[in-house]
Amino acid sequence: MQEKKSKTYTSSYSTDKISGIMKSISLYFQVHQPFRLRTYRFFDIGNKHNYFDEYSNRVAIQNAAFKSYLPANEIMLGLAKKHGEKFRVTFGISGIALAQLQAYAPEVLDSFRKLADTGCVEFLGETYAHSLAAIKSHAEFTRQVAKHSDAIESLFGKRPTSFRNTELVISDEIAGIVADMGFKALVAEGAKHILGWKSPNYLYCSTMYPKLKILLRNFPLSDDLSFRFSEQNWIEFPLTAEKYLHWLMNLNPADELVNLFMPYETFGLYQPASSGIFNFLNAFVDQTIASGNFAFSSPSEVAENHQPISGVSFPFPVSWADEERDLTSWLGNDLQKEALNKLHQFEDMILKCKNAAIIQDWEKLQTSDHLYYMSTKWFSDGVIVRNSSPFSSPYDAFINFMNCLSDLMLRVESACNEADTAGNFLLKTKTLKQTSQKAAQVKALKNSASAKQKKARRII
Amino acid sequence: MFGWEFPPHISGGLGTACYGLTKALLKQDLDLLFVVPKAYGDEETDTIRLINASEVVINTRDEQYARLMSRLSYITIDSTLIPYAGDEEYYQITSQLDQGTSLEKLILNTQKFEFAGGYGKNLMEEVRRYALVGAEVARQYQFDIIHAHDWLTYLAGIEAARISGKPLVVHMHATEFDRSGENINRQVYDIESVGMEAADMVIAVSNLTRNIVISRYGISPDKVVAVHNGVEPSEFATYGRFEKSVDDKIVTFLGRITFQKGPEYFIEAAYKVLKTNNQVRFVMAGSGDMFRKMIRRVARLGISHRFHFTGFLRGEDVDRMFGMSDVYVMPSVSEPFGISPLEAMQSNVPVIISKQSGVAEVLKYAIKVDFWDIDAMADAIHGLLHYNALPEMFKRHGKAEVEDLKWDHAGKKVKNIYFELLNR
Repeated sequence: MQEKKSKTYTSSYSTDKISGIMKSISLYFQVHQPFRLRTYRFFDIGNKHNYFDEYSNRVAIQNAAFKSYLPANEIMLGLAKKHGEKFRVTFGISGIALAQLQAYAPEVLDSFRKLADTGCVEFLGETYAHSLAAIKSHAEFTRQVAKHSDAIESLFGKRPTSFRNTELVISDEIAGIVADMGFKALVAEGAKHILGWKSPNYLYCSTMYPKLKILLRNFPLSDDLSFRFSEQNWIEFPLTAEKYLHWLMNLNPADELVNLFMPYETFGLYQPASSGIFNFLNAFVDQTIASGNFAFSSPSEVAENHQPISGVSFPFPVSWADEERDLTSWLGNDLQKEALNKLHQFEDMILKCKNAAIIQDWEKLQTSDHLYYMSTKWFSDGVIVRNSSPFSSPYDAFINFMNCLSDLMLRVESACNEADTAGNFLLKTKTLKQTSQKAAQVKALKNSASAKQKKARRII
Repeated sequence: MFGWEFPPHISGGLGTACYGLTKALLKQDLDLLFVVPKAYGDEETDTIRLINASEVVINTRDEQYARLMSRLSYITIDSTLIPYAGDEEYYQITSQLDQGTSLEKLILNTQKFEFAGGYGKNLMEEVRRYALVGAEVARQYQFDIIHAHDWLTYLAGIEAARISGKPLVVHMHATEFDRSGENINRQVYDIESVGMEAADMVIAVSNLTRNIVISRYGISPDKVVAVHNGVEPSEFATYGRFEKSVDDKIVTFLGRITFQKGPEYFIEAAYKVLKTNNQVRFVMAGSGDMFRKMIRRVARLGISHRFHFTGFLRGEDVDRMFGMSDVYVMPSVSEPFGISPLEAMQSNVPVIISKQSGVAEVLKYAIKVDFWDIDAMADAIHGLLHYNALPEMFKRHGKAEVEDLKWDHAGKKVKNIYFELLNR
């Protein structure tokens, strides 16, 4: 397949220019950094409530900001100014990432705001905490999505109308909730076991909720950039903008979409600046627009301008991770399941006690990365492929997480007890009032009755 | 094959390891002669041919013999050391000594040498004597390969190789650095060095040990191979769990109470756990030169009411101890391999092991901490006692994992090494 690509590449693409409809290209980038936990020992439980490693979080987000987000945004801004209407780019920034950027790298938010002002940018909705709440709790999922939409709206002035879930996790059930919340389009993985013979290069809709349009990631083309771009023993190395555009031109003429979804860190972190990825990005957009065969579109525009070609159903949760495209990286073992269960066990209490600090910490703990660090999935291969896990083993990750969660539980209980005693007091006064009211009513009734009796007597 | 101890008369992992490997090699259709300094007569000999070194008659008139003695004399330690030879003989020798007979002559005239077989104060002399037996065995028996286990038998191996011209394999179960830290016994180190230099192949029980052999003894990496130990399938598992008599959780340390095993780190971690949790008891099972010091430390920390010492345990008591345990900790400072955590896992006990152990290289369902990191150790203990998913997971997968660490794998590897040497 790839050999074929290289062979055809030698002929100039202008000669085999494809006639027909203009394809829509969606560029969507995920921006997310978790609040990493510090080493939190059990003897801290009940004594200290600072679960997060401020230093490493600051270093990580600033590293990402200076190596990736800022230079990439600079290029996006340049492209938006140069091409105006013709250029579109889409971002999904988790609420957790927004909070960290605000705290440690506010200049990144400024540059996103500038980008938003160009009108070329769409921001997607998602869970605030980059969590897997969708799997566990309908209520918490919708609460977080709403919270995230609020945050995006207040920062960038527009409420998201398209949605992507954490790690592109999607199932029919989740699609239903998303549709109910009023989102028009959903971004998902073009997983082979879901699509079968179908192509990801069309617009689909949810089989069960046809109003919800679904854009599927073209994972080979996306991964060419995020995973393979600078890999020197890749047969296509070096990948130039011309070559990549040529691949796009050689797609089936009937295809309508090209969905390139990847982490934003692809630019500058996964593929370092020295690999030429930034120049690639610039040149690729320029040449694609110049070719006149493609229109950059945001997911919402795609959903509006294209007709879904068929329904697509996700009977089981699908994600964009690993070869299996399933949840096993986050919920593959008992430790992960236990952690997620415990996380949601006290959900009602946490939300009821209305303590902002507690809710905030709870959200930060919900971030899917913490579960990811507990994965034992790679044991069987004899290698532990854990990019960026701050823990030396999944067990350390689990124990540390549970220590933090144990402390949070204690805080929730004590906060709720306080709230309860306060609530009981209110309730008592309320009932007191009610009883006195009732007494008054009864009195009034009696009075009226006796008055009636008096009246009656008079009549008699 | 030269060993120093053989079940059931063992005082450490060496005998167990030799036994496991021997059985695995027999399964590989190899014929084995196993030489031990002292056989007690109750060893399992139906499958293994055991040679009792104490029964080997040495021809003292042989001129080779005299030469050998002079060659070996560099390891003779304090001249007042007299070989242990039964009370009567001992008396004879000492009385003759008083009359001015040279010690050397006395030893030379003793044709059979009664080995104590343990690790007594005349160890060096026994080691030297054992070398003579090695030479004699090489003369009397037919074999293709010589395999010597630990430094005690290296000289015997070297002599046997010299007499027979057959390839020598030395097996590093523990290095002097594992036993003594930095305060090594120079004589022991020298014997280890000489043995490994003379050997055609050195087998180390883990990569950890292999690295020590290469970096601290200067042995060429080409001839050092790591072969991980296996573990005997336990019969205990079928008995079921022993009931414990207290409701508290029990955290166990089981092993020699010596520097190498890191008992003090276990105590410090226990202290940290007990500060916040009084539903747990700690047990230190075993004996050793740091035993009293450890008792004093526990008393000083004021945790004696929750920290118990059992003394040396053997046989069924070990199984019982495992049966009662909720967590097993092996905080070894330096552990070439470490079989005891595997035995714990066979008894469904979750384990915490130090990263400075060879067994950490092969286990996945175990928590690994640095031996000095008492915070991490305490945290791991707490985690295993409180967050059920973790011990449940370890119990479910740990046993299967250990069952896969068969001696047969080690046996196959060792057999391949033999054949490689023979085909050279």
